[in-house]
Amino acid sequence: MELNEPVLLEAVGVPDGHTLASYRARGGYAPLEQTLAGKQPGDVVEMVKASGLRGRGGAGFPTGLKWTFLPKDHPGPIYLCINADESEPGTFNNRILMEDDPHQVIEGIILSSYATRASTAYIYLRYEYPRSWHRLQGAIDEASAAGYLGRNIRGTGFSLDIHLHRGAAAYICGEETGLIESLEGKRAWPRIKPPFPAIEGLFRKPTVVNNIETMACVAQIARRGVDWFRSIGVPSDPANPRDPGSYGPKLYCLSGHVERPGCYEAALGITARQLIDQYGGGVWKGRRAKAVIPGGISMGLMTESELDTPLDFAGPGKVGCLGLGTAAVVVIDETVSIVDFLHNSCRFFAHESCGQCTPCREGTSWSLRIMERIRAGQGRLVDLDLLLEMGNTMGMMPGSTICGLADGAAWPMKNAIRKFRGEFEDYIRRTNPTGWMVTDPVPALAIVGAH
Amino acid sequence: MTAPARPILTAEMVARIEALAPRYPNRRALTLPALHIVNAELRHVPLGAVVEIAALLNLAPAEVQDTLSFYEFFHQDQPHGKVRAFVCRSISCALRGGDELLQRVCSSYGIRPYGTTPDGELTIEPAECLGACDFAPCILANDDLLENMTPETAVAELSKPRARAT
Repeated sequence: MELNEPVLLEAVGVPDGHTLASYRARGGYAPLEQTLAGKQPGDVVEMVKASGLRGRGGAGFPTGLKWTFLPKDHPGPIYLCINADESEPGTFNNRILMEDDPHQVIEGIILSSYATRASTAYIYLRYEYPRSWHRLQGAIDEASAAGYLGRNIRGTGFSLDIHLHRGAAAYICGEETGLIESLEGKRAWPRIKPPFPAIEGLFRKPTVVNNIETMACVAQIARRGVDWFRSIGVPSDPANPRDPGSYGPKLYCLSGHVERPGCYEAALGITARQLIDQYGGGVWKGRRAKAVIPGGISMGLMTESELDTPLDFAGPGKVGCLGLGTAAVVVIDETVSIVDFLHNSCRFFAHESCGQCTPCREGTSWSLRIMERIRAGQGRLVDLDLLLEMGNTMGMMPGSTICGLADGAAWPMKNAIRKFRGEFEDYIRRTNPTGWMVTDPVPALAIVGAH
Repeated sequence: MTAPARPILTAEMVARIEALAPRYPNRRALTLPALHIVNAELRHVPLGAVVEIAALLNLAPAEVQDTLSFYEFFHQDQPHGKVRAFVCRSISCALRGGDELLQRVCSSYGIRPYGTTPDGELTIEPAECLGACDFAPCILANDDLLENMTPETAVAELSKPRARAT
């Protein structure tokens, strides 16, 4: 259940830990050599399936199962896309992995490409990570020189090229089909699924999209074994045959109002309170937490009384959050106005909605305008019901949008208003003493402008 | 479409774009790499360059312009400053003073967000999460991450000469 020492983060703080020599000295690439010498691609798929590894990018879909959706005996090409467009507010675990241990990522990519029979892997890297860009390119060059990439690797007939592809600062490129469209040179508008990328993905070919941390986990499972991986984390619920469990180590990003922000590795299932107190040195300045984001802003909010919730794949959902997400834990102390929090969240999603689906484009945009009006002292109590109505109707879950961005925009709205409604109402009454009760339509265009 | 008398794309830029062509099964996938190559040199991608990129990639100019305009990243009418500073305003930075940092740094240089100093040295832009929340509030200035900034340390950092973005 426990993790005794960092594994995914074992290179952090090691001098020259990002180099091939350092990675090999820690046991790296030996699993790849053994795999290529004695195992079939299907063996690697079975290993990852047996490990119970679930994708670390946010959705938590079982990785091995995703690979099995590829068509059998496809003539190729099959593509592996690595999602390094890490843009969820509060999230930086992939950056740490790419900067401090790029070879761990590269070995995971090579193993995963071997498993999926991909001969080309693209790493879609967000623009804002120049250091990751240079570290990854350096690692690719070293791995190529060492014969781990290129034609007929180790005489097996398996060939692989890894290419870095740089994004241009758009959150939607982290959505897997948005990423694919962007890589193809188009605007990053997500595709309607099905067909899923495994059937028709990049360049209309079968494609797997996996996260950077998922690749690091594959490398560690190959090195340390399935039993090791399954000894860490939270087993599947025997009472729920559909629960795939939450196995393995996880990188938790801790930021906001804590004494020691940072990326910490722990067994899946650590509680937010343990993470804040034992790793983060507690809430800063001796204050209390008012609310905590469990896994990136789109997962919503936990209240102080919900902080003992285990941060495994099933935990945050039990207290009304969208899920574990990226496991980016952001602490908001008691001095912060919930109005300011929600304004920040709405501003982010209004900026990052790709504009393809009307409920999301208009919903995120108008929620920001309403929050600006509330903040400016012109809020009405009915605005809260309007925000909730928008939150309840935009997204994949209510069925009005193509991708989950709008669900992520809606969740902070719904959580903040449901869990902190009294504070919103007090703010509106206090700042708009003559108009808080008005229910007539707002002359919004005159107040906030429109475009 | 006839090529302009004085092409915007240099032979070196074209060579760098073409060097990436074997990575992709079609030329349209070169759109974003090509825009980055031009932007890194010119600090913007004027419409004339879009037309030239389209010709190089066998695309309609509107297709390249469509992609370019989707990302707010590429300036088109004016180059951004020699230093382009992205000031993070997302939640982890905002909780530690990111919005105030943006305002104070802009007012120190007498410009508004997205503006460029009159000498063309510095452009300041708000950014969504830079993925460096462990160093909040932070600024990405060209390739350099400026960590745990205050308005004072930020102005001191942004006034220094700095290597170009890669």
